[in-house]
Amino acid sequence: MITAFFNQMPVLVVVVPLLAAPLCVLAHRAFAAWLLYVLASWSAFGMAFLLFVQAKIAGQVSYAVGDWAPPFGIELVIDTYSALVLLLVTGVAALTGIYARKSIASEITIEREYLVFALMLLCLAGLIGITVTGDAFNLFVFLEISSLSSYALIAMGPKRRALLSSFQYLIMGTVGGTFLLIGIGLIFMMTGTLNMADLAERLPGVYDTRTVQAGLAFVVVGLSLKAALMPAHIWLPNAYTYAPSTVSAFIAATATKVAVYALFRFVFTIFGVGYAFGSLPLGTLLLTLAAISMIAGSLASIFQTDVKRLLAWSSVAQMGYIVAGFALASTAGVSAGLVHLLNHGIIKGALFMAVGAMIWRVRASSINDLAGLGRAMPLTSAAFVVGGLSLIGVPATAGFISKWALLSALFEAGRYGVMAVLLVASLLSIIYVGRVIEALYFRPLPDDVSHHQHGEAPLGMQVATWALIAINIAIGVHATPELEATGRAAALLVGGGT
Amino acid sequence: MSDWLGHALASPALVLMLGALLIAALPRWLHGVWLLTIPAAALALLWQLPMGEYGQLSLFGFDLTTLRVDGLSRIWATIFLIAAFLTGLYALHVNDRLQHVAALAYAGAAVGAVLAGDLVTLFIFWEATAIASVFLIWAQRTIKAHIVGLRYLVIQVISGLLLMMGAIIHYHATGSIAFNHLGLATPGGLLIFAAFGIKAAFPLLHNWVQDAYPEATVSGTVILSIYTTKLAIYSLARGYAGTEALITIGAIMTIFPIFFAVIENDLRRVLAYSLNNQLGFMVVGIGIGTPLALNGAAAHAFAHILYKGLLFMSMGAVLYRVGTVKASELGGLYKSMPWTAAFCIVGSMSISAFPLFSGFVTKSMILTAAAENHHWIAWMAMLVASAGVLDHSGIKVPFFSFFHHDAGFRVREAPLNMLLAMGATAALCIGIGVYPAPLYAILPFDVDYSPYTTTHVVNQLQLLMFAALAFVVLFRSGLYPPEVRGVNLDTDWLYRAALPAAGRAIHRGVSALRAGLVRGLAQLAGVAQHWLTEGFGTNGVAARTWTSGVMLLWVTALLAAYLLIYY
Repeated sequence: MITAFFNQMPVLVVVVPLLAAPLCVLAHRAFAAWLLYVLASWSAFGMAFLLFVQAKIAGQVSYAVGDWAPPFGIELVIDTYSALVLLLVTGVAALTGIYARKSIASEITIEREYLVFALMLLCLAGLIGITVTGDAFNLFVFLEISSLSSYALIAMGPKRRALLSSFQYLIMGTVGGTFLLIGIGLIFMMTGTLNMADLAERLPGVYDTRTVQAGLAFVVVGLSLKAALMPAHIWLPNAYTYAPSTVSAFIAATATKVAVYALFRFVFTIFGVGYAFGSLPLGTLLLTLAAISMIAGSLASIFQTDVKRLLAWSSVAQMGYIVAGFALASTAGVSAGLVHLLNHGIIKGALFMAVGAMIWRVRASSINDLAGLGRAMPLTSAAFVVGGLSLIGVPATAGFISKWALLSALFEAGRYGVMAVLLVASLLSIIYVGRVIEALYFRPLPDDVSHHQHGEAPLGMQVATWALIAINIAIGVHATPELEATGRAAALLVGGGT
Repeated sequence: MSDWLGHALASPALVLMLGALLIAALPRWLHGVWLLTIPAAALALLWQLPMGEYGQLSLFGFDLTTLRVDGLSRIWATIFLIAAFLTGLYALHVNDRLQHVAALAYAGAAVGAVLAGDLVTLFIFWEATAIASVFLIWAQRTIKAHIVGLRYLVIQVISGLLLMMGAIIHYHATGSIAFNHLGLATPGGLLIFAAFGIKAAFPLLHNWVQDAYPEATVSGTVILSIYTTKLAIYSLARGYAGTEALITIGAIMTIFPIFFAVIENDLRRVLAYSLNNQLGFMVVGIGIGTPLALNGAAAHAFAHILYKGLLFMSMGAVLYRVGTVKASELGGLYKSMPWTAAFCIVGSMSISAFPLFSGFVTKSMILTAAAENHHWIAWMAMLVASAGVLDHSGIKVPFFSFFHHDAGFRVREAPLNMLLAMGATAALCIGIGVYPAPLYAILPFDVDYSPYTTTHVVNQLQLLMFAALAFVVLFRSGLYPPEVRGVNLDTDWLYRAALPAAGRAIHRGVSALRAGLVRGLAQLAGVAQHWLTEGFGTNGVAARTWTSGVMLLWVTALLAAYLLIYY
């Protein structure tokens, strides 16, 4: 029984949330749907943890869907790289479950609440699917599942602007998805296979063809779009700003990260390091775009007046950090990129949750509306401060570990220019985080506001926010396990392709 | 020795930081007790630790030494903890949780940095000092304080980033992160030197001191004046002892703030300039690098923290009672605040190195070391600077606030806890001056040095003589308006005529230059701001909501670029 469960776990981790989604719709009640979401996401998190351990012991967990032997059937493959991202996605999803109840109730009418949970489960299933699959086309399918559900989720935001944002995201996301599909089609044309491992074996024979080169270009651009790398980032600020707070926290912490995961799964595992970074100048291209992202995202963030938008722009900058690490294509670089991918997911999730709690209270999201909340909501504000410090990269937080790892890797690779850009970007981050902290602590509470009857945010929101903050501090204080795991993943990715 | 002493958790720095956390949670009436017992407990713990390296931790692949107790680090940690106790006493009446938490955390970070045995630990605490300290400025809760604080924080973090970069480069070059002598020969060493230089307020990197310190709260300024700069001095002593360049830098540092201090009206800013000048003496001592010079630097830092703290405390008391520390508005306060005036004079005499006060027994060590090693130019510079100190800190500060013409303020004497703190600090200043043996005993090197020998008295006489000579030179060179010529050599002769004249001349030049620069920079900033707002403001080109068509155009361009490059 137990063995059977363990054997089926790679597929169960996708199937459980996928099947829970229609159950939510059938249940049709807000509370029942929420309960289903919590159960499904926590069980997915539990399985993700077990899979992570399995992948650590065995090196790689492989599962043939429907017993069709790969490369003919669809294969699910979990190695350390995917297991780490899987842990992030399911972990954030599980904590979002605790967070969601009150936050969603305040932003969405009760008749439609069950839809939010159903869609979040679908989105979760899609994101999990992307990380566990070993099949290129299957990855596209899961990407579309997660994208379609996130368009709908963003459209449910309380303001009417949410509709436009969602529509733009839909157009951009679909273009990205189509590009990815074209890219996969092109390499399928040349190799006749869709299994990743099989592709990796057959592609070297046809490296020099224009078709494969174009395939790589399409895949990279398509996934850059989903990952919001400059200049394909512009859908992101609106999408994060106008989505319901819970959805912002969940998507900001996971969706773009999974896109980066998929991008580098393609580049490293399928196309191979030597090809993408040796024969073709992908590294320099991505580093340039990453550097532009860091500066432009931070600058734009400084000027924002809406706190969610500020965080969203900071995400654009932080995606630059992550991609810069991966784009070095060295073990240290990939490890650093992956560390920041995980850490940034945790940090941004916590920050969006803290901000969501403030919005829950003041029913508005401009920085001016947060004035004086440091007194009124001490715990939530403190969580924002710790998260903000981590975003800046202050020692004893996860952000510091990322920054240190990234700088070391950049130095090792001799990319001094990017190092300088990263340092400037982290100085800029002090300013945008400082603006929010100033409003929270050094401005008086407005007198004429009617929200005085509210106190701190509800317990669920607090617990989820502080859980992420605690993980963040734990990583900052004791980073060895994380670094050891990302190091293993990096060695696998960089070493495996050459 | 018990086992727990060797553990990373048994660190005086952590005692302070945990204390800060406790204060954040404790009810108000317990704050006072904690503010005093925590530094005392940390000090007791420090002296329980025998010399050696403890607190080995492994953090992301580095083996850290979080606790290194040796002669150099112990004297610095000791004075930091004493200062934490005194400032805690001084701030006892403050009803602001934020300030108490920030003060203890800041002290803890500074102590942690001083006790750090490796560059990573140093960096961690280095950043912590920056973050904890900025809250002492922000606690003023004005828009101006917020902006100044942000400026201060950015400069501090730049220093931290330089240190981090330097540490990474140093590690890649040598394979070690131990914080020992670094030297300027390597790129890593240079970057770390720049990081230390910013915090030590080297000339041209110094502006943040005068910018930020006078904007903090009453007790905040006292606290700020203690840790950051002296931490940098410690770091220089650890990493760059005997670096020739430091002698020049230090000599310049002793001289140039004097002119600004003389013409400055805000007395807390005057003290901030004179802080800079005192740091110069220590930097010279480190640059000379002999055991005597390093001892001098350490001892001078020790004495300096006390007398500079005392001066800032007295000005803080004036600010607290009167509401201003503008020299032009004060005067005659000795009637209302006799005790504060007396303590301020003790501080002034100490900083001016009168015999029997703490400044004398420590500054003379640096001067002796400079003379012994034939650094005559630096020696001269320090002599001139000593004369300047006498003027701006020794006379100007107490005179304008407590004497001069009566400005008519009738206020109450400073609160009891402030008086006690100032009294204790003043007692230490005099105690060290009269009986320096205990201080000498804890200096990093065993040097047989006695300040009250014939030689040193002669040295001091020389100092006074050269100080007088410097005045005469200024006097004869016609820098004074003719009508001043016949004025008796009264105390106000100095600050009313001689130095202000020279100061004004220099100031005119500097301000003309500065005005030009500022105009240019302002224009440039205007253009840059316009450009930034156009580009990144909420409705700027880069940050506004694009139409879907424009987005797609960009994506197509990106794809085209990729395809082109690959072909």
